[in-house]
Amino acid sequence: MGILDSKVPAGPLADKWTNHKNQIDLVNPANKRNIDIIIVGTGLAGGAAAATLAELGYNVKTFCYQDSPRRAHSIAAQGGINAAKNYQGDGDSNYRLFYDTVKGGDYRSREANVYRLAEVSANIIDQCVAQGVPFAREYGGLLDNRSFGGVLVSRTFYAKGQTGQQLLLGAYAAMNRQINRGKIKSYTRHEMMDLVKIDGKARGIIARNLVTGEIERHSAHAVVLATGGYGNVFFLSTNAMGSNVMAAWRAHRKGAFFANPCYTQIHPTCIPVSGDHQSKLTLMSESLRNDGRIWVPKRLEDAQAIREGKLTPLQLKEEDRDYYLERRYPAFGNLVPRDVASRAAKERCDAGFGVNKTGEAVYLDFASAIERYGKEKAMTSGIKNPDKNTITTLGKEVIEAKYGNLFQMYEKIVDENPYETPMMIYPAVHYTMGGLWVDYNLQTTVEGCYAAGEANFSDHGANRLGASALMQGLADGYFVLPYTIGDYLSNDIRTGAIPTDAPEFDAAEKEVKDRLSKLMGGKGLHSVDYYHKKLGKIMWNKCGMARNAKHLNEAIEEISALRADFWENVKIPGDANGMNQELEKAGRVADFLELGELFAKDALNRNESCGGHFREEYQTPEGEALRDDENYRYVAAWEYKGAPKDAVLHKEELVYENIELKTRSYK
Amino acid sequence: MKLTLKIWRQKDAASKGKMVDYPISGVEGDMSFLEMLDVLNEQLINKGEEPVEFDHDCREGICGTCSLQINGEPHGPDRLVTTCQLHMRKFNDGDTIVIEPFRATAFPVLKDLIVDRSALDRIQQSGGYISVNTSGNTVDANAIPINKHDADEAMDAATCIGCGACVAACKNASAMLFTSAKVSQFALLPQGQIEATERVQNMVRQMDLEGFGNCTNTGACEVECPKGISLENIARMNREYYSASLKG
Ligand SMILES: Cc1cc2nc3c(=O)[nH]c(=O)nc-3n(C[C@H](O)[C@H](O)[C@H](O)COP(=O)(O)OP(=O)(O)OC[C@H]3O[C@@H](n4cnc5c(N)ncnc54)[C@H](O)[C@@H]3O)c2cc1C
Ligand code: SF4
Ligand code: FES
Repeated sequence: MGILDSKVPAGPLADKWTNHKNQIDLVNPANKRNIDIIIVGTGLAGGAAAATLAELGYNVKTFCYQDSPRRAHSIAAQGGINAAKNYQGDGDSNYRLFYDTVKGGDYRSREANVYRLAEVSANIIDQCVAQGVPFAREYGGLLDNRSFGGVLVSRTFYAKGQTGQQLLLGAYAAMNRQINRGKIKSYTRHEMMDLVKIDGKARGIIARNLVTGEIERHSAHAVVLATGGYGNVFFLSTNAMGSNVMAAWRAHRKGAFFANPCYTQIHPTCIPVSGDHQSKLTLMSESLRNDGRIWVPKRLEDAQAIREGKLTPLQLKEEDRDYYLERRYPAFGNLVPRDVASRAAKERCDAGFGVNKTGEAVYLDFASAIERYGKEKAMTSGIKNPDKNTITTLGKEVIEAKYGNLFQMYEKIVDENPYETPMMIYPAVHYTMGGLWVDYNLQTTVEGCYAAGEANFSDHGANRLGASALMQGLADGYFVLPYTIGDYLSNDIRTGAIPTDAPEFDAAEKEVKDRLSKLMGGKGLHSVDYYHKKLGKIMWNKCGMARNAKHLNEAIEEISALRADFWENVKIPGDANGMNQELEKAGRVADFLELGELFAKDALNRNESCGGHFREEYQTPEGEALRDDENYRYVAAWEYKGAPKDAVLHKEELVYENIELKTRSYK
Repeated sequence: MKLTLKIWRQKDAASKGKMVDYPISGVEGDMSFLEMLDVLNEQLINKGEEPVEFDHDCREGICGTCSLQINGEPHGPDRLVTTCQLHMRKFNDGDTIVIEPFRATAFPVLKDLIVDRSALDRIQQSGGYISVNTSGNTVDANAIPINKHDADEAMDAATCIGCGACVAACKNASAMLFTSAKVSQFALLPQGQIEATERVQNMVRQMDLEGFGNCTNTGACEVECPKGISLENIARMNREYYSASLKG
């Protein structure tokens, strides 16, 4: 297991990053001009990295499958981005952000990485404001903050309910400036199909032009994968339709270890499934839990009456409601971390208290907040003894200013007015903490191949806290990779351009073409979606919010059989020489069918419950997760050996020198 | 619901296209418009026909990928929504729905309902940014206080998703609303002042080069914009452009 060297620098935690940066080899500006970098993915991680590396003088090529870099799924992030600015003076610090993140991740992340993340977080906000990102402000003109789950300070910066959009447009603008200078060449509607290795080093990619169908070769001195998460292995998730694991999986097959695939975040506040036609799920930002109270009826018969449409939630008296999060977790209440909130919702619905037709929904209620804000607003507007109507009207205005776009989105989808009647929500797959294993420098186990953003496994352990993914993506892209890649590339100043006619490129291109013809050659029984939906069902039922050994073993068998069926019988109309969305989907689903099995294998291996990974066999009498630090305090990094069942486990032991391991408690 | 869909089919950019009729049944009100097309495509695939290709990704109204001209209106009959957020409950049993790509000279059709909107990216590349490097040494974010009103207005302009519906709605295929949204965002913020002159000149020049038409103030863009981007932005851009011309 000598291969898993995390390369964490020596020295005290708070000095590691500074010391490391001081010792890193630099590349002189004239030499940077002779070095090419490929960045796959233009979300926060890839976009930020591309802009910064191009600013430094490297020649950057970016790739994304959408028609514009601005459409990467980071655009959909709603709630906010954390930073240890302590603008609210509520006791925040780098250490506290570090501590909250490690604890929130249920002590399954690497201390040094998380500390670095906390350390650069403040810079991110400065950088984004300088770029013109219009964060929310207070009347005094300073930046506003809100709270997110799992923490007791207000450190989340936001731009209405469109924080990801604004941050991504900031990174996109920074990219545009470099495109205009000729330092970035942007390839849109291009999909990375394989990684090319020469002498053991990542030296390029094979990409498919999604408009013409052409298979292209691109070479570089280093390759960055910033291709997002793999939540779509569940078919239904809050990810974009095109979100996929292809790039990461292709790199995995070429030697990059895949870490903790089973760590998935199931987000507690999403719009419930409405029917079989459903193609994706929509998130209602966690920020809503600042003001919304979650409840189900106390009595089973009330729940049933509501499901049958004989009773409405508004008719249920306060004492007949069970605010189960406030009841079970008085210290954090509605702001417990996501994994805890999701499991609690599942527990109530499984017990028969669900409130929609399918029995899989709970209420998120804004009535108290509307009243509280209404009173406050009446006071500050000089209205003495306001009547109930005035209070409600003013309260609704405040809620609208805070969450207007989310409420509008809910109303469009569900056709109910959430200002009047409580929202219905249910957990949905949202984020994947697992991903390509990377060392402190964000390098994978393939030399010269880096992974950033959601595509790597690095900072969130077994559960991610809200508003931390945006922070991590931008930290990786703006502030980490530009240093660590430079260190690596300092050995490449004399290499010269990498030729694309090397035999390794021939071989990789042939492999890609063969795979495409194999896909096109299926017997043509079932559509790609047919398989994807089947896979999603297996994943949700057997590898979802609660897992056990029996189900996981079944999942492994079923996925493996489904994969064989897929390759034999998938039906893809049209041909590979031109635009073909079914073919695009097929390639992605093919990789999900391998990843899904590894996912189940990883979950089966981890005989403990931690964060988003809940094994029914390992829980306390109160139903809380039971961790096993003695045996499982490690990162599980899997090496590809052909079929997923043959993957080999490598462990990175996690060392905690600055934090005491405790049982997570939000009571 | 039973519906008749009239859909634009075109093999690729070089081929000629035509409208084709597709009957569809079993459509439910809770389906989104794109989910309805998913159902159609599943049926076509099972029949061995080629599915209808259309652009989409986030399906939650924020990425700007989905397009579609539905019964003559970009993003369809509902207001303040993108096609992916349009729900079938806005239609009635027996309706005929005409589905075409966004039409504009600057948006060539690539296949079926998919158009090439890279002209919009090129407008942004010509000046839609503030020139700051990632140094990690920029001033503290709160050292630039901005009054809430301006910040909120900048945010409103910044919510443009770059979908191009404004162009498709305009009889001149003008990209003024799109371009002015970015110019406005930066014009309203102190950070944007330094490059204001060049920005507006470069972006307007690029807009013209791409073959977008002139603005004749019909206001159709504002009506169809899924994000409610206001015509005031166009007025602000015109002022910026005018004062830039005075400065030279
Ligand atoms: C609905 C939603 C709301 C969220 N809200 C928040 C929030 O409030 N706060 C927070 O911190 N986090 C939030 N998250 C999580 C966060 O948004 C994501 O984790 C983060 O934005 C991922 O960024 P990324 O750069 O890693 O990847 P992405 O933004 O997903 O970008 C992936 C890029 O890779 C490209 N790509 C993928 N595969 C290929 C391929 N094979 N070839 C070529 N290109 C490829 C894509 O085109 C895209 O450009 C949210 C997530 C969702 C889904
Ligand atoms: S201004 Fe509106 S219609 Fe035009 S691109 Fe932006 S969001 Fe779309
Ligand atoms: S698919 Fe993203 S806005 Fe419609």
